[in-house]
Amino acid sequence: MTKKQKKVLYRILIAAALLIALQFLPVRGLLAFALYLIPYFVIGYDILRKAFLGIKNGEVFDENFLMAVATVGAMALAVYEEMTGGKGEFTEGVAVMLFYQVGELFQSVAVGRSRKNITALMDIRPDYANIEGEDGKLEQVDPDEVEIGSEIVVQPGEKIPIDGVVISGNSTLNTSALTGESVPRSVREGEDVISGCVNLTGLLKIRTTKEFGESTVSKILDLVENSSMKKSRSENFISRFAKYYTPAVCYGALALAILPPVIRLFLGSPANWSVWIIRALTFLVISCPCALVISIPLSFFGGIGGASSCGILVKGSNYLEAMAQTKYVVFDKTGTLTQGKFEVTGIFPEAAFEKQTGKTGEEARRALLAYAAYAENYSSHPISKSLKEAYGEEIESARVADVEEIGGHGVTAKVDGREVAVGNAKLMKKLGLSWTESAQAGTVAHVAVDGSYAGYILISDVIKDQAKEAIAALKSSGVRKTVMLTGDSESVAAYVAKELGIDEVYSGLLPADKVERIEKLLAEKGKNEKLAFVGDGINDAPALSRADIGVAMGALGSDASIEAADIVLMDDNPAKIALTMKIARKCLAIVYENIVFALAVKAACLILGAVGIANMWMAIFADVGVMVLAVLNAIRCLKVSRK
Amino acid sequence: MKKTYQIEVDCANCALKMEEAAKAVEGVAEATVSFMTQKMKVAFAEGADAAAVMQNVRKACKKVESDCEIFLD
Repeated sequence: MTKKQKKVLYRILIAAALLIALQFLPVRGLLAFALYLIPYFVIGYDILRKAFLGIKNGEVFDENFLMAVATVGAMALAVYEEMTGGKGEFTEGVAVMLFYQVGELFQSVAVGRSRKNITALMDIRPDYANIEGEDGKLEQVDPDEVEIGSEIVVQPGEKIPIDGVVISGNSTLNTSALTGESVPRSVREGEDVISGCVNLTGLLKIRTTKEFGESTVSKILDLVENSSMKKSRSENFISRFAKYYTPAVCYGALALAILPPVIRLFLGSPANWSVWIIRALTFLVISCPCALVISIPLSFFGGIGGASSCGILVKGSNYLEAMAQTKYVVFDKTGTLTQGKFEVTGIFPEAAFEKQTGKTGEEARRALLAYAAYAENYSSHPISKSLKEAYGEEIESARVADVEEIGGHGVTAKVDGREVAVGNAKLMKKLGLSWTESAQAGTVAHVAVDGSYAGYILISDVIKDQAKEAIAALKSSGVRKTVMLTGDSESVAAYVAKELGIDEVYSGLLPADKVERIEKLLAEKGKNEKLAFVGDGINDAPALSRADIGVAMGALGSDASIEAADIVLMDDNPAKIALTMKIARKCLAIVYENIVFALAVKAACLILGAVGIANMWMAIFADVGVMVLAVLNAIRCLKVSRK
Repeated sequence: MKKTYQIEVDCANCALKMEEAAKAVEGVAEATVSFMTQKMKVAFAEGADAAAVMQNVRKACKKVESDCEIFLD
């Protein structure tokens, strides 16, 4: 608890003790009034002061004013009762103030605590950077003062303060604060590292490549801190609502205090002023809009905080709201649904090759791959890289001779004295050989050995493990249509789409075509349906900003996508999209629950209060109780079940 | 020009009021107050003197919410 909160707590305790003690004192009349004024001022002086200042500054209608009028009214009424020989209820006025303060205190503690929890989740700010002095001792400096190109040292257990390149040392990094991913990443000399990761095992020396302010960690912090600035429609609704609501209930209460007695007078019955004034005051207490005004921003803040603990950065509560209404999800293919790197996905030796080498099955496939890898040994083409990677063994370059690259066709070489040709169909045609067409989509490397066709190797972009599951999860959470856009050829696109269960595919697109496609889809969808575009952010910036919600994934270290997107997935797991939707829906559900619950209870109590069934105690529940429940409900937003 | 200021405010409604008050100050193009992060972000109008404007913003906010504070450095 802060100092301020503690002070309020003491005031509550003192006032409560005094109030209880006064119940046992047999005092009446003005003396009682004077005595009850003590706890009343102890607990309510700041409210009265604020109400007075509000009136002075022309800010009449706020909850301080409501509480001041209600309690002063109740006290005045009690004095009137005492003076006219009845029994005045001094307790009520003090109790209303007391409970109001209890509610405020609770709310302030709960909000403060969840604020702290959320900021702790996002606390990736490094406090210092280590610079090695001339005597070899480490000196801690402000990361802001480290210039680009400086060498910094990161010890095990410390956060990497600034983006850079490892110049010496091996270690594993915990990236969970950034990505929500719990598997550590290993780094070694020459690799880029990103600020915000925690160094786990070894000492790392890093040459910085950015200033602190431009480093990933600063960008992310900036983004998170600004996220609550972009307000959702529900939040805007509440602030507009509060603006009209408070004056409306004040006039309502005034009408309730005056009209019925006046009408009664006209009808010839006793006016009963005190009854109607009490009802008006009850009405005022009930109507306090705190529950809504507090719980709704808290819900969104909790939702954004919960999401960021999973490595999902949401740039504003308006995007969280939009995400909950997403019905169309458009994906970029490469790097989003597929890994964006090429791997050998199939080896198909011909029967003739098997016969020739006397090998079958796995052995024959291995032999074919070996020929291809050896022949392509000197090539730097991505295809040859993936062939060598798939082969996996050290290449003995002595076994290769007479390598000749034929541009746009492939390679010929002598491997162990045999004539090997590896390349596309054009190469086979050139060599006068007939080849087998691949049944699957992808890039094909045909292999010929000693002038006869030996088979082909299929190389394709690998679909991410979680991609299929991700699409299925989106479908089951109510996404109407999934669309894939790609610059790739139709056969590859169709294959990936079929494999993943994507509804619509558009292939052979340039970045500008993608934007056009998105515009067409935007025109087709319904008014309250949102369209999200998911891309890896590298050349998708126009598409990201054109869609209702732009989701960039694998954004770790890529500034362009962090800037262009509305929601940033720090790792490249497409399953996080469905998770984001789940978080958004839960958050919105809680917001609506709170709006409906608070308004319903208040409306019910207002009606009961107006007709005199609800008394002041019920009014206090309608105000403070509803607020407490709404705040507790809002805190649920912070919890994310990762399934 | 945009600047972010640390603030202290106790209730969400008060933050809203501060936001309204800040927006109305001359020289402020746009202002947002986040109750959750306890920050005020102000975009100043072309040619406005940020320090002078912020003095007025602080005064205006104090007027609507006597308990609030804006840290101006």
